[in-house]
Amino acid sequence: MEPVSLGALDLRKLSVRQLNHFLHHEIGATSPSRVEILNPNGLHNIAVGLDAPVRVDVRGHAGYFLGGMNRQARIVVHGNVGWSVAENMMSGEVRVKGFASQCAGASAHGGLLFIEGSASSRCGISLKGGDIVVGGHVGHMSAFMAQAGHLVVCGDAGAGLGDSLYEAVIYVRGKIHSLGADAREEPMAESDYDRVGQLLSRTGLDWPPREFKRVASAKTLYHWNVDADQEY
Amino acid sequence: MCGIIGLLIKPESKRSQLGEWVTPMMDCMGDRGPDSAGLAVFSPVGDGPLRRFSLFCGQPGFDWTELGQAFERDTASEGHLSAIENHGRLVSPIAPDSLEKWLSREFPAVHLLSTGRSIEVYKDQGHPAEIAERYGFAGLAASHCVGHTRMATESAVSPAHAHPFTAGEDFCLVHNGSLSNPWSLRRRLEKRGVDFETDNDTEAACRFLEWRMREGESLEDALKAAFVELDGFYTLLMATAEKLVLVRDAFACKPAVVAETEDYVAVSSEFRSLAHLPGIRSAELFEPVPEEIYSWSL
Repeated sequence: MEPVSLGALDLRKLSVRQLNHFLHHEIGATSPSRVEILNPNGLHNIAVGLDAPVRVDVRGHAGYFLGGMNRQARIVVHGNVGWSVAENMMSGEVRVKGFASQCAGASAHGGLLFIEGSASSRCGISLKGGDIVVGGHVGHMSAFMAQAGHLVVCGDAGAGLGDSLYEAVIYVRGKIHSLGADAREEPMAESDYDRVGQLLSRTGLDWPPREFKRVASAKTLYHWNVDADQEY
Repeated sequence: MCGIIGLLIKPESKRSQLGEWVTPMMDCMGDRGPDSAGLAVFSPVGDGPLRRFSLFCGQPGFDWTELGQAFERDTASEGHLSAIENHGRLVSPIAPDSLEKWLSREFPAVHLLSTGRSIEVYKDQGHPAEIAERYGFAGLAASHCVGHTRMATESAVSPAHAHPFTAGEDFCLVHNGSLSNPWSLRRRLEKRGVDFETDNDTEAACRFLEWRMREGESLEDALKAAFVELDGFYTLLMATAEKLVLVRDAFACKPAVVAETEDYVAVSSEFRSLAHLPGIRSAELFEPVPEEIYSWSL
């Protein structure tokens, strides 16, 4: 594949494959610590699979799977993103200045995903240890089957929040349309206030942690209950 | 998968650009649906009794001139026929029922795709970019349109199974998704005298909505009934002579994005097919939420 020079990360001139090849193989060799991607124009799979402590600015709206499997990199999208931003992120940070479509941060193992606007349905589905902060609202079925990590929602949460939740914890500042099966609201402990405060401080948001509610698993689905008659 | 697109141009002065703006949208969404494609465009045919009829015939080398001559001879109606490839466009004051009867008697291989005082439909099999080229979509001028690129999952790939589906006059619908209960819906409608042309699930949704409207409901009220009656996944984009209407089902797992500027409202399955539109960088962009009815009138 043709080597790509730094000044040319313009997706009107490069394919996403060429761009990602550059980000995977040239970063470190020519040692830029910061790159800019121009004209993302809603294209999918931009900056997936990065594994270097680089800062990436995406100037515009991106499509599906932006920053998927990210490790170490700090990616900032100056626009909106489509489905599954930062899916399966391992570490690093992905920040979206606009809104995110569904499945934001799905199954992320680590790192921080910050959506400044709202995220639609299934935000943090199957979260496995990553942290997600959403400045606006989240859609229905968010944090479905989330296993570890935190979802902080500064606005409202849609229907079925935290359905079939495992050990992940959700904090919501606004209204909760409805809780999913086995999710319950619990009292905030001091450690919860600290955690919300720490996560918000990483994003620059300054909502008082006291305004947040905690949602966690009631753990009634952890073991088979023969008397439940499948009426969860 | 399938792709849906729609465009409504607000100022009359820019409606001549509809084809130029919408064709790249369709080409791009060919990635989501390479089997077949279709486009319904709306522009008034004029005052008086005239209607526009879109006709389709899949027979290679079909003689449209002969159909035009036979029409004038047999029906004693005035008619102006123009044709491109598999599509014929007839403008005539003839009653739609009479035309349908005449066609089925004299030209059973010709299908009536749409009827109305504004609508015109093109649909065919093949890659969307190829279809757009074949029928000259880039040159179309109209106030609004809806289009579809199909990746078939539940019924055959054929021009008849391509979207948009139409029912009644000046109404069409495109669908991304799949319905679970089209046959029960269809059996109920058939008892009420509604005829079907294909075994496609989307046709059931289209005829259901048109039947409710014929019974006196607004499209919006018909859609509220559809939220209860339609089981399955759907993002539906519809058009009448006056408006574009968009809904997503309660699960909202079929995508849609809307961009609005002073000049247009554009709807697509994915943002990347809107990226070429003028003023898109400053457009108001949003993702429609489940079970909300979005409607934009001319």
